Amino acid sequence: MLHYATFVFLIVFSTLLVGANKIVVSPSGEYKTVKKAIETAQPGDTVWVENGTYPEYEITVDKPVTIIGEELAIIDAQKRGYIFNITADSVSIIGLTLNNVGVSFTKDYAAIHTHNVSNFWFEGITFNNPFFAFHIERSTNGTIKNNIINGNAVLEHDSGNGIHLWHSSNIEILSNKIFQMRDGIYFEFVKHSKVIGNESKRNVRYGLHFMFSNDDEYKNNVFENNGAGVAVMFSKKIFMRNNTFQLNWGSASYGLLLKEIYDADIRENEFVQNTIGINAEGSNRVSLEKNNFMNNGWAIKFLGGCYGNKFIENNFMHNSFDVSYHGNINGNLFDKNYWSEYVGYDLDKDGIGDVPFRPVKLFSYVVNQTPETIVLLRSLFVDLINFSEKVSPVFTPDNLRDNHPLMRPVK
Amino acid sequence: MITVRGLHKRFGKLSVLEGIDLEIDSPGIITILGPNGSGKTTLIKCLLGMAIPDKGSLIFNGKDILGEWDYRNEISYMPQIARFPPNLKVIELFNMIKNLRRGGGDDGALIAAFKLEPVLDKKLSTLSGGTAQKVNIVLTFMFDSPVIILDEPTTGLDPVALLRFKKLIWEEKNKGKTILITTHIMSFVEEISDRIVFLLDGNIYFEGTVADIKTQTGENDLESAIATILQ
Amino acid sequence: MIRILKYSFFDLMRGRWSYIYAAFYFILGYALLFLNNDVSKAVITLLNVIISLTPLIGVIFGVMYYYNSRDFTELLLAQPIKRTDIFLGQYLGLSLSLSLSLAAGLGIPFIVYGLFQSPAIFDFLSLLFTGALLTFIFVALGYNIALSFEDKIRGFGLAILTWLFLTIIYDGLFLISMMIFRDYPLDKFALGAAMFNPIDLSRILILLKLDISALLGYTGAVFEKFFGTNLGMTCALGLLSLWVILPVMRIIYKSGRKDF
Repeated sequence: MLHYATFVFLIVFSTLLVGANKIVVSPSGEYKTVKKAIETAQPGDTVWVENGTYPEYEITVDKPVTIIGEELAIIDAQKRGYIFNITADSVSIIGLTLNNVGVSFTKDYAAIHTHNVSNFWFEGITFNNPFFAFHIERSTNGTIKNNIINGNAVLEHDSGNGIHLWHSSNIEILSNKIFQMRDGIYFEFVKHSKVIGNESKRNVRYGLHFMFSNDDEYKNNVFENNGAGVAVMFSKKIFMRNNTFQLNWGSASYGLLLKEIYDADIRENEFVQNTIGINAEGSNRVSLEKNNFMNNGWAIKFLGGCYGNKFIENNFMHNSFDVSYHGNINGNLFDKNYWSEYVGYDLDKDGIGDVPFRPVKLFSYVVNQTPETIVLLRSLFVDLINFSEKVSPVFTPDNLRDNHPLMRPVK
Repeated sequence: MITVRGLHKRFGKLSVLEGIDLEIDSPGIITILGPNGSGKTTLIKCLLGMAIPDKGSLIFNGKDILGEWDYRNEISYMPQIARFPPNLKVIELFNMIKNLRRGGGDDGALIAAFKLEPVLDKKLSTLSGGTAQKVNIVLTFMFDSPVIILDEPTTGLDPVALLRFKKLIWEEKNKGKTILITTHIMSFVEEISDRIVFLLDGNIYFEGTVADIKTQTGENDLESAIATILQ
Repeated sequence: MIRILKYSFFDLMRGRWSYIYAAFYFILGYALLFLNNDVSKAVITLLNVIISLTPLIGVIFGVMYYYNSRDFTELLLAQPIKRTDIFLGQYLGLSLSLSLSLAAGLGIPFIVYGLFQSPAIFDFLSLLFTGALLTFIFVALGYNIALSFEDKIRGFGLAILTWLFLTIIYDGLFLISMMIFRDYPLDKFALGAAMFNPIDLSRILILLKLDISALLGYTGAVFEKFFGTNLGMTCALGLLSLWVILPVMRIIYKSGRKDF
């Protein structure tokens, strides 16, 4: 908060220094609408919006201005379209509340829409019922920080995304809180961007969604109770670190969905109580290290087309199934992981079990074939067939194993 | 006091009682005799509600006993072989039965009479057959019930205890109680019986006093009289 | 009834079997915790032990206790006590003492190992509760078997067979039939078949706590409704109670008509 205050102060102070104007919008003052103030403003001016509700929409920002809202300054679009259309570089919007963006099946109405701009800064904005909150098109070098987005999405087809980026690059998305949108954050053709410290919860589809986006990074985020936590599709070189994926429950629910992706790095993440921790299909050369998989239905489900993925030093604890696997081994590797199901011994006391661990159970194969058999999970009969399969593998891939299972969890 | 009418009981294919009619309305000692398998114990068990009759009725003090349990407060029963819950102590068993029955129960004198003080704190599983039978006697006689039923009571008793036991029966008889006894020991029957009920193949074959049976068969002693009946 | 219950209970608590049974669980609990040092993991292993062992012990002890206490039962039958009270008292006494052995045997090592600081405490408690419920069910089944068969050998044989059927054979047939008919919609059958076996029911009761993430992975309205709402918990608990009530009612019926 102090940081934010300082920032506002600096902007106001600097505008004074360079002789820029401050235009005050208030319900009873000279400027009663934001639109009017922006029309009047010169490049570099600050538009100061005082407390009050302004029923406005389709405000075009076509010059580099800073728009600052007081704590209770609300712009209500009354479901009639965009709120801000930004077509100029170096626009900042700070601390407004933007309500009730229009809903459409043909247009992606957004509270803040940018097209072909750079150097934007959007901070501390609260969104209520946006169709889209941010729609960033063909823009670069922007920051979206400390915003709160409260959606009311119920179905996928008539809802929009929280932070939607398309053909953009070098964007930083920091410490936002996003609730109940379609996708919390959506990247399509987005490069060299960072998603750090956000919370994305209760979204109908994904907490965070990458499509055709390369060289991006997301870390320290929490994805909870979404249709699926994060989906990374048709993307390369995505770096995922120290995120929490939890409580994503349902028949098509994953902590992390990997589909047609290459060379990703997934490390130090927590996957807790998801129906499926990681669902991987066509995932290649992905390195997974030091992640925790706890109390998931399936920690990892491979659906084929996965080559050369490496799982090293992860903890697999108390999952109903650790690994479900289809097809050949394809250079996928499990090594030096901790498996709570492991019952081997360590005679030479080097911390590594002396017998390899085979994470795929026969019952997991049975459940893939006949999903209803899940009701027999942990039955004595199922334990017996798992045991016999373990002694002499027939159905499960014999060479899918961790040759150096750890005796203690990785810290 | 006790009326049995047309009592039938079968166990599977085996018909054990085939229409027993019996009227016991005066105090005294009634012995129920009969060869093995003649239905003596079954009759007693029907009286106690332990076996459930197929046909016929059992009236105790004017009430049908089927499905009832309260009337058993009026009956003391001593089973043939007494085996008790092994983990209980003798004294605990006494206390427990006293607790389950109405009307106190005086075990002190009986314990002394049968010299059971030294074993009171022993577990029932450790008792010898004779001692167990003494415990059984105390359990039966410590309640002042108007009807006493004894099933083969003399088994396993030493002569001293037997003497004491007979004395006990006389005392109870003199209090005006009705005592039903089954036994095979004819001298015992002759000595104590007021009335004999002889069962054979599920029917009452003879009913009357010891003198009656002797007269009827023309024999001088009871054993020969019984043998004559059986021939 | 309370008096009979009390005598049966204290009689059993003094017998060596309840100590052996409690000691077994004590050692098992200790060993599991000592080997893993992880309460959550120990709870999962315990699940398998409890849902197969408590039924076995319950049914065997039910049969054994009935046969062993026959003479005592006869002694009681001659006393002014209602029949129902005698058998229910004994049944409850036995079930309670076995449940107590289970709770004490497992409870002590888990408390020593910091159960109260562990998030697994509710899983552990529902495990104990389920174990107790299974004990009540299988002691009742054992009593029913013993009441129906005078012959001890046949009684014990049937008891073991009942256990074997419900723990392993039933699930085997269940699994195989689902795999054979996998092209048909099976969700109702899967839930229905589980309802008829008390061991499956109690397993599902615990799965609802331990494996809910996996259970919700199946697409199907019936499954989603069953596992996703309180319906599953309510159904399983209700049916498990029926599994106690029905055998107990048969004990009452059967014992009321039996000759001793």
